[in-house]
Amino acid sequence: MRLSPDEIIFWQNGLFKLNATIAFTWALMIVMVVGSAVITRRLSASDERSHWQNLMEIIVTGIAKQLEEVGLAHPRSYLPFLGTLFLFIAVASLGTIVPGYEPPTGSLSTTVALALCVFVAVPAFGIQAQGFLGYVGTYVQPTFIMLPFNLISEVSRTLALSVRLFGNMMSGAMIIAILLTITPLFFPIVMTLLGLLTGMVQAYIFTILASVYIAAATRKLAGPKHESAPPHPVSIETA
Amino acid sequence: MLIDWFTVVAQAINFLILVWLMKRFLYRPILNAIDEREARIAAELADADSRKAEAAKERDEFQRKNEAFDADRSERLAKATEEAAAERQRLIEAARKAAAELATRRQAGLEAEAATLSHGLSRRAQREVFAIARQVLGDLAGASLEERAVEVFLRLIRDIDEPTRTGLADALRASPSGRIRTAFDLTEAQRASIQHVLNETFSADIQLGFETAPELVSGIEFAAHGTKVAWTVADYLLTLEEGATKLLDRRAKAEAGT
Repeated sequence: MRLSPDEIIFWQNGLFKLNATIAFTWALMIVMVVGSAVITRRLSASDERSHWQNLMEIIVTGIAKQLEEVGLAHPRSYLPFLGTLFLFIAVASLGTIVPGYEPPTGSLSTTVALALCVFVAVPAFGIQAQGFLGYVGTYVQPTFIMLPFNLISEVSRTLALSVRLFGNMMSGAMIIAILLTITPLFFPIVMTLLGLLTGMVQAYIFTILASVYIAAATRKLAGPKHESAPPHPVSIETA
Repeated sequence: MLIDWFTVVAQAINFLILVWLMKRFLYRPILNAIDEREARIAAELADADSRKAEAAKERDEFQRKNEAFDADRSERLAKATEEAAAERQRLIEAARKAAAELATRRQAGLEAEAATLSHGLSRRAQREVFAIARQVLGDLAGASLEERAVEVFLRLIRDIDEPTRTGLADALRASPSGRIRTAFDLTEAQRASIQHVLNETFSADIQLGFETAPELVSGIEFAAHGTKVAWTVADYLLTLEEGATKLLDRRAKAEAGT
C-alpha cells in the first residue's frame, strides 16, 4: 500500500532524488507560471479585456477580499504568499481529474513544507509589522506563564495544518485507488468529484488559517485582549 | 517514514520559487492593470464631475443672465408704459387747457362783441333819443316858448352870482361889446328888454350884436370876453347826454372787470 507519491522515485543520486512529488510540483509550477505569463502578457487597462484576464482578476481580487475579511489590514502585502498557497493547493487538487496524476499535496512532505513556510512566515510578517520586541512580546500575553502554551500552540497548529491537508488529500487519492480496484466503473468518478470539492475546501481552509495566524501576528496589541482576537471565530477543525 | 526531509526542503524551496514567480507573472501585472483601470475610471469620473460642475455653473450663469434680462425688460417696459401714460396725461391736459383757453377767449370775444354791440346800441339809441328830443323841441319851439325862454334867460342874468357879475361888469366897462345868439329871431321888444336888463345888471352900455343859431334848440346865449351865460334846451340835452354816456362807460368797465 502506497501512502505518498514520495515513494515513487524516478531518479536518485545519494541524498538527491527526483520523486513523483517533486516532479508533479514542477509540472504544476510550469503550468501555473506559464499560464499566468501567457494571460498577463497582454493585459488591458481599458474596459475591454479578455475572458482569461477577467478570470484572473476575479481570482486575485477575490483572494485579496477574503484576506481583508479575515482581518489583514493590507492584503496586497500578503497576497503573493497566501494567494500562491491557495492557488497551489487548489490546482494540485484540480489536477486529480487527469489520469495518472498524483497530487503533491497528498505527500506529507509537501504539506509539512507548506506548514513550515507558514510557520516561518507568521513570525516574519509579525516582526515586519510590529518589530522584533513587539512580536516577541505577544508570546507572554496576557502573562508570562502563558509563554510555554503559546509556543506549544505555535508548533501544534503548524503540525495540525500539515497533517490536516495531508490526511484529506491522501485519503481522497487513497479512496479513489481502493474504489478503482473494487468498482472500476462510474463510482470512482463520483468520488473524484467529491475529492475535487474536498481539495478546494482544504485549499481554502489552509489559506484562511494561515491568514488568521498572520493577522494575529501582525495585529498590534493596542486594546484589550479580546479585541486583538481574529474577527472570525475561525477554529475550523475538519475531518 | 511518511516524511522525506529532502522532499520537504525541496518542496519548501519550490514553493518559495513559485511564490516569487507568481508574484512576478500574475499578481503584480493583474493588480497593476486593475489599479490603472481604477485610476482611469476615477479620472474619468472626476472629469465628468468637473464637467458637470462646469455645466451647472454655466447653467446658473445663463439662468442668472436670463433673469436679469427679464427683470431689465419688464423694468424698461414698466418705465415706458409709465412715460407713455404721463405723456398721454400731459397731452390731454395741454389739449384741455388749450380748449379751455380757446373757449375762454371765444367767450371773452363773444362777450366783448356783445358788450360792443350793446354799447353801440345804447349810444345809438341815446343819440336817436336826443336827436328826436332836439327835433321835437325844435319843432315845438314857438312864440310863447321863445318868450318864456327870454324870460328865463333874463332871470338867469339877474340872478347871476356876484363874482361872475363883478368880473364880467369890469370887463364890459372896459370894452362894452357882447353877442346874443338865439335859435329864433328876437322881436324888437325882446331885444330892447335884453339890452335893458344887461345894461342894468352890469352897469354898462353894452353894444350887443344879435345872431340866429338854430342848433341852440329854443335857447338864448350871451357871450362876452370869453364868458358865456346861456339857457338852451340843447344845454339840457347835452348835460343829460353826458350823464348817460358816463353811466354807460361805467357799466362797460364793470363788465370788463368781472
